[in-house]
Amino acid sequence: MEISANTQALAYLVSAILFIFALKGLTHPSSARRGNYYGIAGMAIAVGATLLGSEVQSYGFIIAGVIAGAVIGSVLAAKVQMTAMPQLVAALHSFVGMSAVLVALGTYMNKAQAGLLNPVLMGELSAGIVIGAITFSGSVIAFGKLQGVISGAPVIFKGQHLLNALLAALTVALAVYFGLTESVWALVLMTILAFVLGFTLIIPIGGADMPVIISMLNSYSGWAATATGFTLGNNLLIIVGALVGFSGAILSYIMCRAMNRSIINVVFGGFGGGGSEASTSAVAQAAEKGVKAASVEDAIYWMEDANRVIIVPGYGMAVAQAQHALKELLELLEKRGVEVKFAIHPVAGRMPGHMNVLLAEADIPYDHVLEMDEINPEFATTDVALVVGANDVTNPAAKTDPSSPIYGMPILDVAKAHNVYVIKRSMRPGYSGVENLLYYQDNCSLIFGDAKDVCEGMVTALKGGGH
Amino acid sequence: MPDTLVALYVFVLACFIGYFVIWGVTPALHTPLVALTNAISGIVIVGALLVTGAESAGTAAEIIGFFAVLLASINVFGGFLVTNRMLAMFKKKDKK
Repeated sequence: MEISANTQALAYLVSAILFIFALKGLTHPSSARRGNYYGIAGMAIAVGATLLGSEVQSYGFIIAGVIAGAVIGSVLAAKVQMTAMPQLVAALHSFVGMSAVLVALGTYMNKAQAGLLNPVLMGELSAGIVIGAITFSGSVIAFGKLQGVISGAPVIFKGQHLLNALLAALTVALAVYFGLTESVWALVLMTILAFVLGFTLIIPIGGADMPVIISMLNSYSGWAATATGFTLGNNLLIIVGALVGFSGAILSYIMCRAMNRSIINVVFGGFGGGGSEASTSAVAQAAEKGVKAASVEDAIYWMEDANRVIIVPGYGMAVAQAQHALKELLELLEKRGVEVKFAIHPVAGRMPGHMNVLLAEADIPYDHVLEMDEINPEFATTDVALVVGANDVTNPAAKTDPSSPIYGMPILDVAKAHNVYVIKRSMRPGYSGVENLLYYQDNCSLIFGDAKDVCEGMVTALKGGGH
Repeated sequence: MPDTLVALYVFVLACFIGYFVIWGVTPALHTPLVALTNAISGIVIVGALLVTGAESAGTAAEIIGFFAVLLASINVFGGFLVTNRMLAMFKKKDKK
């Protein structure tokens, strides 16, 4: 069976509409899974219509590629741990980027063979290659930083911005030269330079800025698909690429706003080195600085009779895998009539919404998990706020100290709770390197230890205790 | 109107749709959103199919196309499956 070009175009339209509904489904957790099925249907229709069209004449390589990709993709999706989600996402971004580069190169070869090259086409090809290549190498670096293969610290050297500007200018010049002369060497050189540019653009960015980088690369992967769509004159790719491109762009904007920084500052800033490792024992340091240390029992004493407890998870919770212990804590406290809620800052974790997924994984119902703006008014009437591995996002200096580097950043109003307990491994400052003023407040005590161990200790104390 | 201009129209209008749809996504589902857009951007597979299956494709183009299909298909399968896995975890409080 072969379908006409018009039928194919109509199928692509249906597919595009299904993708829009897929994204629309994510408006609420209750409609989200249906949304995902719309997405799958859209993809199936798009692939089916392409294969049945007149342009596809041979199937051997295609079937082999799809089957191999299906196996690899399914295994990755089934095996990945939720804490490693940012790495998987970075890897998938790199695949889209590379795929776009390969499609552009392949299209060049096919069109050259058929003698159909023209300057507009070559301009579109160049855009596809450049965006795809930057997405690829940038995502590989992001993956390396997230996985810990490359140091998460920002790599900054003199003349960095100049080098990037030079590389970008040279890449564009080569693209123009290629468009005018059809020189294969210009094409190859341009491709290589674009790969290098992706590398030098992402390497200076620190690990804690990953939520922005993940979102940005997400956006790039969409634009790469759009550029491919222009090359092939395929409206479906253009539409879908624009949807994905905007998704990433809006997420980047939300993340930047949550850190009170501009996207320019994140991309060129090289912020977020992290403090140096504590040398003396955490407790001794705390005493020196006038910070109170507390035991698990102290915290439990206040929590078990509280009316309301708010738990504030951060990246430290993810690292320690403390979410399952928190779920048990939630159940035990609720049994005693304590109202328990979770407060999420938009940039907690290493990618947008990271904490929500980890809490969902631990079976914590999503109606217990609230966003910053929803929960902030409630801290003032909360008996105990328990901070698990979050730091900068709770620092009142962001509101009170105009000289602080994080001044102006929206924070969770943890400081307003009657009692605050912070689970911390050491007195090491957060990624901004700024001292957290919260710790010096009278209502705040620190519990030193691994987040998981401390939370499990709380669970044991609640089970055994009974006071 | 030349084809490239039509494509530009489609692109600009699609951008507006993207803008409005994405702002509606709840922050709690931002990670599934990234994973789902991962899967959806696997739509480059359409381009990969066209390159690989084209009549004028030589062996080199077919091999390049094969890898493009492979990578895009990892995205499609990996993206949709992992999104589904995540969304299945988002539950309301179960009524006892």
